[in-house]
Amino acid sequence: MSWAKKILRVNLSEGKVASEPLKMEWAKKFLGQRGLATKYFVEEVDAKVDPLSPANKLIFATGPLTGTAASTGGRYSVITKGPLTGAIACSNSGGYFGAELKMAGWDMIILEGKSPQPVVLIIENEQARLAPAGDLWGKTVWEVDGLLKQRCQSPDMKVSCIGKAGESQVLYAAVVNDLHRAAGRSGVGAVMGSKNLKAIGVRGTLGVGNVHDFGKFMQAVNAGKKVLRENAITGQGLPTYGTNVLMNVINQSGALPTRNFRDVQFEGAGKISGEAMRAKRPDGKSNLVANQACFGCTIACGRVSKIDENHFTVKNRPEYWKASGGLEYENAWSLGADTGVDDLDTLTFTNFLCNEHGMDPISFGATVAAAMELYAMGVIGEKDVGFPLAFGSAEALVKAAEITGKGEGFGKVLGLGSKRMCDKYKHPELSMTVKGQEFPAYDPRGIQGMGLAYATSNRGACHLRGYTVASEIFGIPVKSDPLQTDGKPELVKAFQDATAVVDSSGLCLFTTFAWTLNEIQPQIEGACGPGFSQEELLALGERVWNLERLFNAKAGLTAKDDTLPKRLLDEAAKTGPATGKTNGLAKMMPMYYEIRGWNAEGVPRAETLKRLGL
Amino acid sequence: MAKALHISVEKCTGCLQCELACSYVKEGVFNPAHSMIKVFHFHDEARYVPYTCTQCAEAWCLHACPVDAIKLDPVLDRKVVIEATCVGCKVCTIACPFGTINFQTRTGKVAKCDLCAGSPACVEACPTSAITYIDVEATGTDKMRRWAARTMPQVA
Repeated sequence: MSWAKKILRVNLSEGKVASEPLKMEWAKKFLGQRGLATKYFVEEVDAKVDPLSPANKLIFATGPLTGTAASTGGRYSVITKGPLTGAIACSNSGGYFGAELKMAGWDMIILEGKSPQPVVLIIENEQARLAPAGDLWGKTVWEVDGLLKQRCQSPDMKVSCIGKAGESQVLYAAVVNDLHRAAGRSGVGAVMGSKNLKAIGVRGTLGVGNVHDFGKFMQAVNAGKKVLRENAITGQGLPTYGTNVLMNVINQSGALPTRNFRDVQFEGAGKISGEAMRAKRPDGKSNLVANQACFGCTIACGRVSKIDENHFTVKNRPEYWKASGGLEYENAWSLGADTGVDDLDTLTFTNFLCNEHGMDPISFGATVAAAMELYAMGVIGEKDVGFPLAFGSAEALVKAAEITGKGEGFGKVLGLGSKRMCDKYKHPELSMTVKGQEFPAYDPRGIQGMGLAYATSNRGACHLRGYTVASEIFGIPVKSDPLQTDGKPELVKAFQDATAVVDSSGLCLFTTFAWTLNEIQPQIEGACGPGFSQEELLALGERVWNLERLFNAKAGLTAKDDTLPKRLLDEAAKTGPATGKTNGLAKMMPMYYEIRGWNAEGVPRAETLKRLGL
Repeated sequence: MAKALHISVEKCTGCLQCELACSYVKEGVFNPAHSMIKVFHFHDEARYVPYTCTQCAEAWCLHACPVDAIKLDPVLDRKVVIEATCVGCKVCTIACPFGTINFQTRTGKVAKCDLCAGSPACVEACPTSAITYIDVEATGTDKMRRWAARTMPQVA
């Protein structure tokens, strides 16, 4: 049945670890990973909890397909209450860590309390222990990864950890595994830091063998791999250019937020695009050196880049001359278009710093962008920042990353995130956030459905909760007009529910450029057994969505929080196809609440909860 | 005609589908730790290198075995461990210069790639054709073709 059927519960306050059986009746209703961990979380944690207090919990969760041969079946998620948003946080990561945890025989780890001193959690199959890590505190993600493997004499160990950003509780600190794959958003790394937990090292050699029907499962897996291979996006676009294949496309659509959303097209987009990453630099080499797959993934969109050794960012710093995680579309945008910086190697280096110190490059870049606007308006100056912070300055971007990652000087302000920073300087309107979380790389004036998706996302502004870009730009599964609001509430709901299924399974959301439930459902059913028809899975996705919504309501979020910054509602796009457009959120929201089965205040109606078995 | 596994390192993305397929075929579980083919990750150099038994002609493992538990199968040009005979002494694991025959605590025997009796699962599973199963005497053809493409002659 593909679950390991075992949970590792770690009480950090008491230094105790314990194994307990997975509640299979919950697994049937919430599948795994995002859904199942959210169920455990909401049952065990008071929604009013201070996210950085010991009473908050932190869950690392795999899905039933994690560790199987299903293409992309290596995902895990980190679930907690987010310090950036005060809402449910659920950040998904690839690499190899998730599969290793499953191979060790665990579906999830629930971390409780707060360790009196820095510790690491070491898991070797059924053995789990906490070990002192005072000497690892202060080390970077990259250092800890190597040191922990060395200390445990386990070169194949997989490490998930925080850097200095998580220790100093940068509110968008990430949990990073395998050096540059990250549970990136909402500040899950700050929660890990607040618990004095530096890292989790896992070695698993038990394998995943609990598959319901191997024959049916492998048939579905092989059919799925074929679809991914033959699809233009997953078979060619993503492996060749990575997600940054989007840069030029979204710019042409007039939906590339530029200089803190002042503009919707960036004149330097071509220079920071996926195509540019393959072009020759002055040193005769390209920024991109290879594409890398995560565990089990037959798409392999991951970028591995190497910076020109003579570039100002790394000159005489050989520690940065090695190949490492390159730019994805989101961080190329946040570090690039949103700050106005168009130098590829600068963005790559800044991304290296985000990985090394363990912070979310989307929120970091967007916060710098807001700070640059404050600087341009004269609200803050060189005396506050310590250096000139002009839009487009590569030097400023790199300095900002260094001081934020290390928690020094103005970096402490940047580490608060855009909302708190803009509130501090009395210009809340400049913060491009929803529920305190920074926007990703799609301007909702040029892609209307994304406005509704951002406003209603349970973890604050996010592209990975309802990616209507697929329909509005690429026509997946059907084309809709990005400049119209008609039909978008239905579209957003459908994407949100289906995404919740994928995020609960152990698969990667990027498969859905090619896969629908027609490919996903047989893989889940083959692995998990009956009870997971397409209808049941869609209901499961909707159940997960409503469960998250209920938690947020109890945490104090209301319909007032389902909104967008004024800039997107009042200031029209100045160029491109969306010229003259603002986001038509008000036209979409009532219909969305209605089809969700929520009342006018955005609260799920009793009959909706009953229908979903909540 | 004998065929051999042929590995094009530059095509490997490090996805481990080969390891998953191998362990599934051999043990009925997904378990890279027990795979006969292993992908080495050289992160800083951005290289992923699948490696398994080359079925060498003068097989070190075969000659080292004190109980003749490793046999030559001339039809498929492979060396096969006879599990019933193997006593788990591990001498072959020391003899093999490539580390591609390994002791398994689960069975108390050694295990190595046996080419899946002529239809290797890793080849089927590989999404980028980094692993192919081809005529043992034609493994250089791809390299030659790449050289030819690189050095295509030009007139004036």
